[in-house]
Amino acid sequence: MSTYYAGLLADVGILLLGALSVYIILATGQLSLGNAAFMGIGAYLTSYLTVELGVPITAALVIAALASGAIGVVVGFPALRLKGIYLAMATLGFGEMVRSFFLNFSAMGGAGGFHGMKHISVGYIWTWAAGILLLIMLLEHSRVWLEMRAVHDDETAAGLVGLNTTVTKVTAFGAGAAVAAICGGLFAHHHVYIEPGNFGFERSVDFVLAVILGGSTVAPGAFVGSLLIVLLPEMLRSLADWRLAAFGALLIVVLLVRRQGILDRSLFRIMTLRGNPT
Amino acid sequence: MTAPAHAPLLALDGVTKAFGGVHALSRVTCAVPQGQIVGIIGPNGAGKTTMFNVITGAFRVDTGTIVLDGRPIIHEPSHRIARAGISRTFQNIRLFGEMTVWEHLLVAQPHGESALRRLLPTRWADPAALRRAQEVLEFFGLEDVRDRVARSLPYGTQRKVEMARAITARPKLLLLDEPVAGMNHEEAEGIRALLLQLRDGGLSILLIEHDMAFVMNLCDFLYVLDFGVMIAQGRSDEVRANPKVLDAYLGRAA
Repeated sequence: MSTYYAGLLADVGILLLGALSVYIILATGQLSLGNAAFMGIGAYLTSYLTVELGVPITAALVIAALASGAIGVVVGFPALRLKGIYLAMATLGFGEMVRSFFLNFSAMGGAGGFHGMKHISVGYIWTWAAGILLLIMLLEHSRVWLEMRAVHDDETAAGLVGLNTTVTKVTAFGAGAAVAAICGGLFAHHHVYIEPGNFGFERSVDFVLAVILGGSTVAPGAFVGSLLIVLLPEMLRSLADWRLAAFGALLIVVLLVRRQGILDRSLFRIMTLRGNPT
Repeated sequence: MTAPAHAPLLALDGVTKAFGGVHALSRVTCAVPQGQIVGIIGPNGAGKTTMFNVITGAFRVDTGTIVLDGRPIIHEPSHRIARAGISRTFQNIRLFGEMTVWEHLLVAQPHGESALRRLLPTRWADPAALRRAQEVLEFFGLEDVRDRVARSLPYGTQRKVEMARAITARPKLLLLDEPVAGMNHEEAEGIRALLLQLRDGGLSILLIEHDMAFVMNLCDFLYVLDFGVMIAQGRSDEVRANPKVLDAYLGRAA
């Protein structure tokens, strides 16, 4: 495999994890525009652990996921009081707050960034990305995921059938933050250099876009969205300077034709449930 | 005041709830005995739905107490009240729009299983839950729409799904907010038969309904609410003959 394609494949895997981190939170009806912050936390923490303390990468990723998940839970509590666009704005503010923290965090390079990480293979990135995608696809059949969807569809009614909506929403935030941290750790060890600008608002928007474009009601939608966001601009290279404009136009067309995203549950039912009525 | 006999399952005592200066409920006292169907009637804006909302914890009462099975519930959050044994339906149906009928029945099951089981695919997790869901599905005759998304179902079917979801949680008390609104006579009769069957199985039911014939034929006991005040109570024949009720409700409605 050429370096070029390997790089693209790694980008897809990393974006997929970021998209899944948004997907998990969105499954409970909460839109986070700040997941790049959790990605940044994961990137800096794993890098510190591997470079400064010599912790193996896998262990570092797990530690970062747990730490970021705990921060996600803490962020999830004030998020309970906000809905829709207000929650989106608050998470955006959180994202910028974390980015500027790293900008001023001179112990890890501040604006100059941090390096010294050992490069990881595309295979390693995809072991994590595919593993987490499959795990979520399995979880989607569980009682817990049904509870998340119930909260998404009607929070009041969910409470009145005995679901603890607070626990559901906060846990989803924590789980999303954990996945975003793994995304960040892999990103850091793929590029072997990180700076605060890597974890800005545009990154959070990419995550959300991948989910919305691919389909926000099924986990593989995040995969399709990530694939398109990484590959389409490359395929449009012949348009030279116009490629990003063409990419934007294509995005709009897709969303006009399929507002629910490319994949959705009813499409899945048609494709997979013939002769298997569950 | 003669409340219905035996220790009641649900008792409201002096419950008051005001919104701004408007008293939606003023010192309301009533009871639902074990295994009976109790109706609340009254004109629009009488406070009937507010009463459901304070019972289920959506609103906090200003004064008064609400006791379920000997346990005060006014300070409990909604999900705890639900787990303590109260399920409800809504006047304007509130289903989980994107979920199938079957998924509604799984998600509303009582909360007994371990955390691990709740993370496993539902079809392996808990055979007892699947059996329970199947029972409820058959009881309400919803087998044909098992895998349909709730949002896509006709109105009358959605009402049944909402009741089925409420029953799946194995409540002690079922609150129904206008269960036959918008249904034709035949459909309403079907619901009546189901409710009687549930009552005979030991369930207690408190319902709000505007369809007077339906209420009179179904309820063991009636309360009449007008401008947040309980103005009458009794068996349906007693209530029907009460001049205050005729004045406040039946006269105006007819």
